[in-house]
Amino acid sequence: MLDNLQLLFVYAPVMNVQMILDGIFIGAVFALAAYGLALVWGVMNVKNLAQGDFVIMGGYVAFTAHNIGIHPVLALPIIAIVMFLYGLVVYQLVIKRVIDNDMFVSLLATFGLSLFMQQVMNLIYGPEVQTVDSHMYIMTMFDDFVTVPTVKIVSLGLAAFFATVIVIFMTRSRMGQAIRATAQDARAARVLGIDTNKVYMFTFGLNSAICGIAGVLVSMIWVLQPFYGIVYALRTFAIVTAAGLGNLPGVITMSFILGWVEQYAGIVAGAEYQIAAAVFVLIGVLSWRQVQMRRQRQVVR
Amino acid sequence: MFKKYSIAAGAALAVGLAGIVAPAVAKVEGDTIVIGSSLSFTGKYSTNGFHTQKGYDFAVKRINDTGGVKVGGKSYKIKVVYYDDESTPSRASQLTERLVNQDGVKFMLGPYSSSMTKAVAPVTEKYKVPMVEAEGASRSLFTQGYRYIFAVLSTSEFYLAPVLDLIAERTKKDGYKSVSDLRIAMAFENDPFSLDVRAGVVDTAKKHGMKIVIDDKLPADLSDMSATLTKFKALKPDILLVSGHSKGAATAARQFEEMKINTRYVSITHCESAKVHVKFPKSANGLLCPTQWLTNLPNSEPIFGNAQKYDADFKKAYPEYKTGIPYQTTQASAAVLVWKDAFERANSFDTEKVRDAISATDMNTFYGPIKFSEAGNNIAKPMFYRQIQPDGSYTNIVSHKDMTVPRKVSY
Repeated sequence: MLDNLQLLFVYAPVMNVQMILDGIFIGAVFALAAYGLALVWGVMNVKNLAQGDFVIMGGYVAFTAHNIGIHPVLALPIIAIVMFLYGLVVYQLVIKRVIDNDMFVSLLATFGLSLFMQQVMNLIYGPEVQTVDSHMYIMTMFDDFVTVPTVKIVSLGLAAFFATVIVIFMTRSRMGQAIRATAQDARAARVLGIDTNKVYMFTFGLNSAICGIAGVLVSMIWVLQPFYGIVYALRTFAIVTAAGLGNLPGVITMSFILGWVEQYAGIVAGAEYQIAAAVFVLIGVLSWRQVQMRRQRQVVR
Repeated sequence: MFKKYSIAAGAALAVGLAGIVAPAVAKVEGDTIVIGSSLSFTGKYSTNGFHTQKGYDFAVKRINDTGGVKVGGKSYKIKVVYYDDESTPSRASQLTERLVNQDGVKFMLGPYSSSMTKAVAPVTEKYKVPMVEAEGASRSLFTQGYRYIFAVLSTSEFYLAPVLDLIAERTKKDGYKSVSDLRIAMAFENDPFSLDVRAGVVDTAKKHGMKIVIDDKLPADLSDMSATLTKFKALKPDILLVSGHSKGAATAARQFEEMKINTRYVSITHCESAKVHVKFPKSANGLLCPTQWLTNLPNSEPIFGNAQKYDADFKKAYPEYKTGIPYQTTQASAAVLVWKDAFERANSFDTEKVRDAISATDMNTFYGPIKFSEAGNNIAKPMFYRQIQPDGSYTNIVSHKDMTVPRKVSY
């Protein structure tokens, strides 16, 4: 561990450039998926355990597009629409029925949905690892020491673009306002004439589309496998829990922090602690919050 | 109404009775020897489950067509009963119980993968049912003192360790002063198979005095090893070893390309099943890939002829394999050959006698020589290597002279 630190700060400080860049790129993809989760969680109080499987499914749709000769980046709008429609169908079939029940019902339902999606993807695409080649240039710096694939920069740009679009949509459009109103108080929203069922349906579809976009980026940067959803589900849960619901800047900051922590933990403590580090960050944030909120805690007698 | 229930109850009773009565007779039905196997036809291991099944079926058909198994002057045919274990270890052990208790099977062929075999072995051990397995390479299967499990393949600690022997032989030629100048980086998945591979590498590195500078264990669900590779680029070791099934191979090849990893010697397990030579031709160039079987092995035998002939015949029977037969299939066929040989030498269907016959196996097959240690693993057959060429083809590495060093990568 000590020699790793030495390596990092004494012998090869250029490594830090690579790691900070990688952390940003990883964080951007997490931020998208995490924001979708925060949306569904905040608006409908459904904790979507199948979040990661939506991401992987988006990746497989991109893989299909790639196979029929369409570049995944060009196919993005179509993939987003396909995933949006899929989200609507899932809402009608499953989510609608569990929304008013307690937390465990929604957890069980989305867990079942997750298993179901994994197996269907496994039947269609097989258990082998699949990748999508973006055919993009790889830039190098510092005498080939730091490499930056163009596809990661494009992904970062796309993630930033979609995050902006979503923010504008949520603040300016009628539907966005309705979503926020429903999140604040569903009953009051209903009294004021908002069709909350429609809002829920749209929100879930929107989440599915956001996951789909994240999935496209995943397919071009990492690898796809029907059972890899859990990786993304775990990280998005950590991000959203630590950042808080409905806090977009928080989600984005947390995503980047997580990306960096994972990279540095991977180097300093070894790759086996990479994902564990994400959970440690979550524990750290929760304990800190606990202390911070202590003053405001009241006991009802 | 009442009548309906009584019929149902009667049927249930009959099924139950059949379950109790069946075992004593069902191991050999008429002139057919029944062998049981739980294989993965659905779930994450399904691809290799089917590869294994085709290997079993192909050998069974060949043996039945060429006179069957001769026991006590009579000729028997082999039949394999399959169940789908859904790639779940607990299901595999349940199904094995069922094969033994309800179907009365007394002879077993192994499931696919080390983890499934680990789940099945305690069951076959409990019922003293001999099992010849072809797909469980984990060393830990043979350290439990099991008596009834026999494996035809080379165990996992031989997957990457012999690469170091090959490299050690050519140290001078490659411009190093001594073997101890070589530095190794390794990234292995944190699962029983890869940790066994790692144990073999650590021992061999110690033997040669090579220094291990990176020793990372990748989590099973990690699809990103860029942190390890960044460290790798800073330390610049001479040898890079990666093991993590086909997903590990795909992740590694993808990120080698992305990070322009340009090391002299790189060896990865499962590069063929991950199809890295097709998906990442740039970074795959020059990779050393371990394999259980080569098509140019010299050993000949009466059933399949030799490796080359097996290759041709199998492709004729299953045209979908014309680009190459996975070794998972060939070792499955070899396991069936072990059964035939053992039955004939035991000249009996008594499980204890057959078990002792399997244990005494010393035969030559198209798959290589087979001879079991006391623990049940095959000690006669070495692991083989192939190197990926710039055009995506594989060349066999028989000695260190066949290796192309350094890899000619151009990113």
